[in-house]
Amino acid sequence: MKVRVQNHWPPGHIRTPAYLRGKTGEIEREIGLFNNPEQNAYRLPPQQRRLVRVRFTMAEIWGDAAETPDDVIEAEIYAHWLEPA
Amino acid sequence: MPHDHHDHDHGALSPSGHPYRKDDDIVLSYWQMMEISVRELLIEKGHITAAQIHNQINTMDARSPANGAKVVARAWSDPEFKSALLTDAGQASRDMGFDIGPMHLIAVENTILVHNVVVCTLCSCYPRNLLGLPPDWYKSRAYRSRTVIEPRKVLSEFGVEIAQDVQVRVHDSTADMRYIVLPAQPKETMGLSADELAYWVTRDSMIGVGLPQAPK
Repeated sequence: MKVRVQNHWPPGHIRTPAYLRGKTGEIEREIGLFNNPEQNAYRLPPQQRRLVRVRFTMAEIWGDAAETPDDVIEAEIYAHWLEPA
Repeated sequence: MPHDHHDHDHGALSPSGHPYRKDDDIVLSYWQMMEISVRELLIEKGHITAAQIHNQINTMDARSPANGAKVVARAWSDPEFKSALLTDAGQASRDMGFDIGPMHLIAVENTILVHNVVVCTLCSCYPRNLLGLPPDWYKSRAYRSRTVIEPRKVLSEFGVEIAQDVQVRVHDSTADMRYIVLPAQPKETMGLSADELAYWVTRDSMIGVGLPQAPK
């Protein structure tokens, strides 16, 4: 399934790396439910969020500057950062 | 104590050939001060003892890449374990008897088609509950930023050349999972016992910046 990482720039303890925001990838696997670090980091009662591994191509992330376009990066992204693509 | 006097030449080398290290007479940073204050408060208020803290440090120092090497060697020699490792590396490591605490671990397998390498761009996440503390370079800004931009160049600086028909897969430990690379078993080691195989598994091969090596 194809997903896009939301291009949001909120303040706080965010585990979505800047270089992946706005980028589209493929869900590699579902990992399960985890405490949302955006609340957890401030000792607020955390909501449980789905954590998903997403696979991005170097071409998608770096465009023409990609070292090898077909190489990939996989990262864990919380589902509330993802939208269908 | 061999160096408890101060009449030596500071530019000179020790008898073992190393430069003398300067005393750490520096002002504590904000966070060092914070760590000491919180630790002393926790002890004073009876939440934890100094012995418990020291014990925890010893437990962490006792973890080493040798633990991971045993896990990899078993996966090479036991197909059923390998499949359990690739399904849930945390559980498989616990079942082997390693105390990895609450760590969630994923094993990623190198094949003739795929080479895996692990990085944490946001901080320095590392499977330390299995492999012990990470090497210093793993925490450097250069490794953390370059590995997602030019992994093949980074790998070549570690002496690992990846053929163009092999896909490089970079794993950015962004959140709750930790990663261990299951390197491909070298042809020369086929038929060795798990104990013998473990000597071939290097720390760097489990991060993905190295390959298994014949023991020296």
